[in-house]
Amino acid sequence: MSHARTTRRVLAAAATFGALLVTAACSSSASPSASGSAAGGVNWDERGPITYAQGKDTAGVWKGVLAEWNSAHPNEQVTMIELSPEADQQRADMIKRGQAKSGEYSVMSVDVVWTSEFAANGWLQELPADKLPTTGMLKSAVDASTYFNKVYAYPQSSDGAMLYYRKDLLDKAGLQAPKTWAEMQAACDKVLPDQKGMSCYAGQHQKYEGLTCNIAEAVNSAGGEFITADGKPAVNTPAAVAGLQWMVDAFKSGMIPADAITWKEEEGRQAFQDGKLLFHRNWPYVWNLAAKTDGSSKIVGKFAVAPLPGKDGPGVSTLGGHNIGISSFTKNKGTAGDFLKFIASESTQKVFLEKGSLAPILESLYADAALNKQFPYLSTLGESIKSAKARPKAVKYGDVTLAIQDATYSALQKQVEPAAAFGDLQTKLEGLLK
Amino acid sequence: MSQGVATTLAGITPPITEKRKKNLLSDGQGTLAAILISPTMLVILFVVGIPILLSLRESVYLKATAVDPTTGLIPEGESFVGLANFTDIFNNPQTVSGVWGHMDRLVNSFWNVTFFTVVCVGLETILGVAMALIMARAFRGKGFVRAAILIPWAIPTLASARMWGLIFDSNGVMNIIVGQKILWLADNVYSQWAVIVADVWKTAPFIGLLTLAGLQTIPTDVYEAARVDGANAWQQFTRITLPMVKPALVVAVLFRTLDTMRMFDLPWGMIGPGKYSVETISMFAYVENNQLRYGSAAAYSLLLFAYIVIVAFLFVRLLGADVIGDEESRAITAQRKKQKELAKAARGRAPLAKSTISSGEAQA
Amino acid sequence: MSTATATPPAASRVTAEELAVLNKPSRGGKYWASQIAIVAGMAFIVLYCIAPFYWMIVSSLRLPTEGRETSFWPDPVSFENYPAVFLPENGFGRALLNSVIVSLTTTLLTLLLGILGAYALARLRFWAKGLVLSIIIACSMFPGITLLIPLFKMFTGAYSWMPINWMNTYQALIIPSLSFGLPLCVWNLTAFFRQLPVELEQAAMVDGCSPGQAFRKIILPLAAPGVFTTAIITFIAVWNEFMIALTFGTQQSMYTAVVSLSKFTGAYGYDTPWGTIMAAGVLITVPLIIGVLIFQRRIVAGLTAGGVK
Repeated sequence: MSHARTTRRVLAAAATFGALLVTAACSSSASPSASGSAAGGVNWDERGPITYAQGKDTAGVWKGVLAEWNSAHPNEQVTMIELSPEADQQRADMIKRGQAKSGEYSVMSVDVVWTSEFAANGWLQELPADKLPTTGMLKSAVDASTYFNKVYAYPQSSDGAMLYYRKDLLDKAGLQAPKTWAEMQAACDKVLPDQKGMSCYAGQHQKYEGLTCNIAEAVNSAGGEFITADGKPAVNTPAAVAGLQWMVDAFKSGMIPADAITWKEEEGRQAFQDGKLLFHRNWPYVWNLAAKTDGSSKIVGKFAVAPLPGKDGPGVSTLGGHNIGISSFTKNKGTAGDFLKFIASESTQKVFLEKGSLAPILESLYADAALNKQFPYLSTLGESIKSAKARPKAVKYGDVTLAIQDATYSALQKQVEPAAAFGDLQTKLEGLLK
Repeated sequence: MSQGVATTLAGITPPITEKRKKNLLSDGQGTLAAILISPTMLVILFVVGIPILLSLRESVYLKATAVDPTTGLIPEGESFVGLANFTDIFNNPQTVSGVWGHMDRLVNSFWNVTFFTVVCVGLETILGVAMALIMARAFRGKGFVRAAILIPWAIPTLASARMWGLIFDSNGVMNIIVGQKILWLADNVYSQWAVIVADVWKTAPFIGLLTLAGLQTIPTDVYEAARVDGANAWQQFTRITLPMVKPALVVAVLFRTLDTMRMFDLPWGMIGPGKYSVETISMFAYVENNQLRYGSAAAYSLLLFAYIVIVAFLFVRLLGADVIGDEESRAITAQRKKQKELAKAARGRAPLAKSTISSGEAQA
Repeated sequence: MSTATATPPAASRVTAEELAVLNKPSRGGKYWASQIAIVAGMAFIVLYCIAPFYWMIVSSLRLPTEGRETSFWPDPVSFENYPAVFLPENGFGRALLNSVIVSLTTTLLTLLLGILGAYALARLRFWAKGLVLSIIIACSMFPGITLLIPLFKMFTGAYSWMPINWMNTYQALIIPSLSFGLPLCVWNLTAFFRQLPVELEQAAMVDGCSPGQAFRKIILPLAAPGVFTTAIITFIAVWNEFMIALTFGTQQSMYTAVVSLSKFTGAYGYDTPWGTIMAAGVLITVPLIIGVLIFQRRIVAGLTAGGVK
């Protein structure tokens, strides 16, 4: 019996080894070859139907936009492919097509922080400046769609953060919206003693992408930066550390409530709407929800927005938003290019704003009087976006943002001093951005 | 030889629930068995075997990630790197700071997996056995309680994760009950305990159910005899109950252990990715996959598999978990053990005799 | 040895009734204490199992805007969350249908293959039996992530030796589910078949049936409860599965119920509709719980026989 057993074992091992050899043989090639999507050699005259992939259309605005295009272009229909509402899943889906060199998603809505990664991997078609110019678009948005000095996508919609505040309480105390952190603290000192259960300020401090946005704002508003203009990490400067120090001190002193360390956007909005915060940093979507008159908001008519405060002057918001790009592997790039222009046109951008509350990417729309009346926060948002700074542009953005979150969260949880945290972060970023 | 061994075996083999009579069907049924079992094995080969081989292959390759400094583009292709994906843990550690201090991220997740497994399985066993003891003594309402016990098992893990996430919110009901404002959903020791509570809630009733079934096979006269002999409740528990439920309990605990070691849904759904205090190896491999590092993802998941196999092996060897439960294999193993002991006693180096056990024979 | 049943010596004067009275168990304080403890224990068990689920139900009955409230009973009680679950943009109805299709098909397939395989493993004698059983257990030892990526690549045409692209199709949801469903099914069925007495088949064959007929006419009807139980257990396991369904069903039309639950989002992408999520969770779980309540005896028998997750 033991002989039979041993024989069986040997056979099994041999079979496994053999199978391994076979799979190693029929594998993808081991020869590296650069893949590019140079602007030259691309057929921009090919026209026909294409697809457009983006995350879930939560605002319900795309049906109308696509209907408009499709009725005007009967032979070049655009079909929408709705992906997951989660950013990570959208990215994974697009990456799978890219790696399979599939043009299944002709045109894709790419988050601003993925653009470098997609461009470097050759999944996005470089846009020639003559065919697809970027005039009239917000500079910060165009910068976020540029990689290695080449434009790889059009800005599609932008986003910036604003400081929501309780106008009624500040007016009562005779104060204006704060422009610096010190002013914000002073306002809190004056107003809070009379308010029960209210804390001073909160943003998003849970360990996720929102934390990267918030700490980027703190660092940039203190005069520091994560990466210099030529892509070198520079985070262990006194200015950058000062940004992190402010957030850490704010937690220590109670300016930011202790449980805000578990808050994403929704928890903060809930606290602000329930009257538990005097100041709140969040995206524009909060405006419509906080102004709802169905009883869900306790602060209807009592709040307003202002640009973010900084260390010694006005603060710098993080640039959010999406870019719209063309897959390197799709057919009908001519149609795709025209579709991009259509999305970036003034009429479509207006529809995005009016129906979907999406911040437009054209400078002209922020000055429009009618729109400003309809959206009271529009001019503040425009200011915020114009001076906004993008998060670090990196091909390995996923690792970069995790490293930033690691450093920030451990400092906030009092596990490490801010200077040491950013010292470590500098080393990590140097390794990642080689 | 066969007669003596067979009788001894009949004594030491654990109680068998079916009689072992001579079975007309079970002689030389190799071809029929092959026909019946081959569809199953083919499917398993296709959906499990081939992916495992592909995973092995993936783990020894590395995808190019260096950016060309002039064009900014990444070259395609992957290269064979042997065991580099495995040894990189020691050569290029990615130091993170979880609950266990500063260490490489994979080592940190190993500690998390071990901690979760030991604590969760320990707690679920204690709770489950306690539940079983209570239910065994009760006279009425057993059916209702049994139905209630199946509810945690029926809820999808993701729904459970969302539910517990709401309960453990900093303003949630758990903090109201505890009376303090504990930040369960941050990245600290409390996050670990939140995951443990959620996991134990889901699985303790299951262990309770299995133990109850084992308890119900113990005849009551045994307890009565013990009581007459003066044994108190604790002695009855440790000397009678535990040994008799041990086989079923050990198998249940083994399967639960294997499951907990692969835990993914609960920490991911409740606490979130990127939090080193609860990051398990499964989560880490998943994140590496998202970062396009397929080689290291495959390597880490294979390391987890090796860990699981080692633990299963220890269970079978040290605790005698009778996982396969096949009398034939059991009898063969027992016989071989006996033969080894006899050979040792005789100080001979005679080769082991061929097994004389055939199913259905000689166990009258 | 119990003296209660010993017959009294012939010369005893104790009558049967007096003996019965003497032998009645004393209902002293200790007895009542233990009874109370047991009842308390049972109450604890029921509370333990039901409380979080109660919380889920309560959360789904709140007003949509009060998802994070912590009162123990909502005031006012609102059923608004339930219709909200079925809004067209959530595609939840379709997701439930997908779950039913995938779970049912996988269960039927595994039963088909599993019955044959389990019969061989339980009844027949062949040299590879231990090996086969070990392989089946080993299948449940692999981390899901190890199988997931290669399976994904296999079914989306990334390998030249398998040029099919089944992304977002039912077969891509069903076949990978076999990787955990089939071992589970075979394991449970083997345990059930082992419990059936051997004499039945022998008697049938003595009466002139062929082994195949004996199997069909005698064994299958007797094993029906076990098969039924295994079907329920496999159905629930596939219904609750998340990773495979998430990977292969990326378009909303191919979400299963559990995947759909994970994707609920409000109108702005950031706001999380807790009420709707809890309502969806209740809707996913309630059919399973009803089924579990109806079939609880069978399920318990099945779980304890198989000793499997």
